[in-house]
Order: sequence, then C-alpha cells, then structure tokens
Amino acid sequence: MNPISLTPIDIAIAASLILLDAALSLLLRLRLHVQILTAAMRMVVQLVAIGFVLRFVFSLDNPAATLLLVLLMVLVAGREVAARPEHRLRGYSHLVIGISSVGFATFTTALLALTTAIRPQPWYAPQYAIPLAGIILGNVLNSASLSLDSLLDTVRRERLGIEARLALGTSFHDAVAPFVRGAIRRGLLPIINQMSAAGVVTLPGIMTGQILAGLDPMEAVKYQILLMFLLSGGSGLSALAAAYMAAWRLTDERQRLRLDRLQ
Amino acid sequence: MMRAALSVKQLRSPLAGPFDFELAAGACAAVSGPSGSGKSLFLRMIADLDPNEGEVFLGAVPRSSMPATRWRHNVVYVAAQSGWWADKVIDHFPPDCRARSTTLAERLGVPVDLLDAAVVRLSTGEKQRLALVRALVGEPAVLLLDEPTAALDEHAVTLTEALLRERLANGTSIVLVTHDPDQALRLGTRRYRMAAGKLEAA
Repeated sequence: MNPISLTPIDIAIAASLILLDAALSLLLRLRLHVQILTAAMRMVVQLVAIGFVLRFVFSLDNPAATLLLVLLMVLVAGREVAARPEHRLRGYSHLVIGISSVGFATFTTALLALTTAIRPQPWYAPQYAIPLAGIILGNVLNSASLSLDSLLDTVRRERLGIEARLALGTSFHDAVAPFVRGAIRRGLLPIINQMSAAGVVTLPGIMTGQILAGLDPMEAVKYQILLMFLLSGGSGLSALAAAYMAAWRLTDERQRLRLDRLQ
Repeated sequence: MMRAALSVKQLRSPLAGPFDFELAAGACAAVSGPSGSGKSLFLRMIADLDPNEGEVFLGAVPRSSMPATRWRHNVVYVAAQSGWWADKVIDHFPPDCRARSTTLAERLGVPVDLLDAAVVRLSTGEKQRLALVRALVGEPAVLLLDEPTAALDEHAVTLTEALLRERLANGTSIVLVTHDPDQALRLGTRRYRMAAGKLEAA
C-alpha cells in the first residue's frame, strides 16, 4: 500500500485555513494575525529544512552522520530543559544536567528499541534511528524539565526543613529523598496521562500519521504501543537522572545543603 | 583544667573568622553581639553546615576524621527558626524515643497532645521548644543553640533554662547565642562577644 502523495495544490488548499485564521483575527481584532502568519511560515520553513536534512543524512547512510544529527538534537533538547526552571544552578552544571539527562534517557531507550523490538538492517539505519530519537527526545525533554524544575523549586522552598534534618545528623540523601521522589513523580505524570488517554480521548500522532500514510490500523497500533513503552521508559530515566544530578549538585563532600549554587 | 570537649582551631570562611575557641565538658559559652555579626554563621560552621576551613575537635577526635552525619549527630545545631519536614509533629522524633520526647516536651511546658498534632497547629514558641526537644533526645555531646528562647514567655524561658542547666551538669557542652544579657549571665560559664565576624571574650 502506497501513501497518497500530497501535491503542492493540496497543501495550498489547507494553507487557506491559515488565511481564515488571520482573517478572523482581523475581523475580531484578536491582534494575532501577524503571529499566526509568522508562526505558520516558520513551521513550514523549519519542517522543509529538516526534510532536506533528513533526506541528506538518509542518503549518506553513514553512522557517524546519524550520530552527529542525534547529538545535535540532544544538545538542543538539553538546552531547552536547562532553560525551563525558574531557579537555576550556577555555572555550566545546569546545562550539563539538562543535556546529560535527556541524552542518557534517549540513547538508552532508543538503543534498546533498535536492537530488540524494531531491529532494522543495520540497527543504526538513519530512517529508523533519527525519527525514533526525535520522538523520544520530545517526551524526555518534557519529563526532564518538569523533574528538574520541581526539584530545584522544592529544595529551595524546604531549606529550613532539610537543614533541620542535616543538623540532627541525617544524611543529605535521606533529607532530600522526599523532594527527589516528588520531582520524579512530576516528570512521570505527563506520560501516565498520555497512556491513559491514548485511544479514548486522543488518537496519538504517530498512529494517526501511519494510518494516514496507508498502514493497517493494527500495525499502527502495535507501533504506537511500542512507542508508549519507550516513552515511559525514557521519561522515567530522564526524570530520575535530572532529579538525582541536581540533588547531587546541591550538596558537597560534607553533605551540606549548598543553595549558594543556585542563582 | 579539664580537657576541652570542643576545640575550634582557625575556623574560618570568607564571611567570618578565623575563630579559635575551646569549650570544656559541661561548660556553656554564651555568645552575644549585634545581628549580622556572624553568630549564627559561627554555629553553622562548627556544625559543618556552611563551607569552612580549619579544624574542630570533639575531645581529641578531629571533625575531618568522621563522616559529616556522625559529626552532626554529636554536635547538634538548633537554628533560630525551626525547620519541619513532615506533616505531623511526632514524625520529627526518632520512633523509639517517644517516651523520652514526651517527658522532655512536658518539662518545657509543651502540652503533650501536641506531639500527635499537625505541625501547622504549633505556635512559634511551641515549635522552638519542640525543636530543642528533638535535638535533646539524641543526647549530643555538644549543643549549638541559636537564640533558643527568643520566642518564649518568661515561664517557658525558666523551664528551658532549667533543662539546659541539667544537661550542663551531666557534661553536655553548650554554645549559646543569645540577645539577652541576663540569660548570658545565668547560663554562661564564659561569655563572648561577636563583632564583625570576630569572637572576643567579654
């Protein structure tokens, strides 16, 4: 079964909906028309660009090029994670935590999927590795940033309680354990919501895309289930990594609470 | 003279010190001085809660030779503003120390049923006394008390001082930061003044 290929005219017709939005904005004085048009343009330019990049990397079929692109995606995602929290760690450690938590989670889950469940030939084939890394990154970015934000925020707010425990001889690990747990919990909630709503409230994007592209619904469903498992694994790992690394950064060899390392 | 229970050698940080200081077993050093002069910092540095350099000894044992947790178990800092980490008061006390905690709370004039209450129900003064009880049940060798009676009425101050005096008689050493010159006279075996991060005998 071949996917129905879209012609420029098909897309132009759909683009008229953007003009409809803009017209609405003018009519109702929402003052959003410029934003709608620029966002739509940006989206088109970005997606066409990534289309060319993907086509290029696919044609290279070189593991090093694939790895480089994935690393680049990890860097961008890690930067986003680091940019979210209201309170940040001083120096490079903040960025390092963002990048390594999403990188670790993405590589672990993507490698697992590529070498066991999906098994393309070769396992690092860019057509599989890059989109898979991309979708995992998108989710993992979310969970890592929620977890990091939650940990830094709660530890800062609960300073008195944490220091009271430290002062009584409790280890730093025990004193911050509730906040590490809370942060990981926070990072896992979105994927739990996503899984509970899948198929009932929402038709997940990947599945919809595959069905539209002509795949049998049951095949699409199997892929979606696999992806959900990967995403939940990735979310857990990245939330865990972000929370533990941030907590570790907030203490030192004498198990003090080092809030001076927060901006 | 008895060997010092606590000795502080060249304890310093960019913000305060250097401090050289000795405290005998059963002695109480009363430290007073204006706000922001480094009194709390001094206590926190001894407890190793703030970054610092220098050495502190408990008896003959250097602080650097033991894990921070064991040090703070023996040398307990009680902050001026008490911190709480669980919803219920009782969860802040070691589970096997309930009877002793109750006795101590009672001696400080805290209604015993408050032990089973929620922390949000405590008044500032009750919190301050229960934070002291929490530190006392572990029977540390050294207590670092940061204005332990600041939020207490006269009667509660009397009860608290009586309990501290009893601890001193049993050999506990206390570094007491206080704004009350009379309290410094009542409890302090030696009195010090902190000014601009320097400690001097008063």
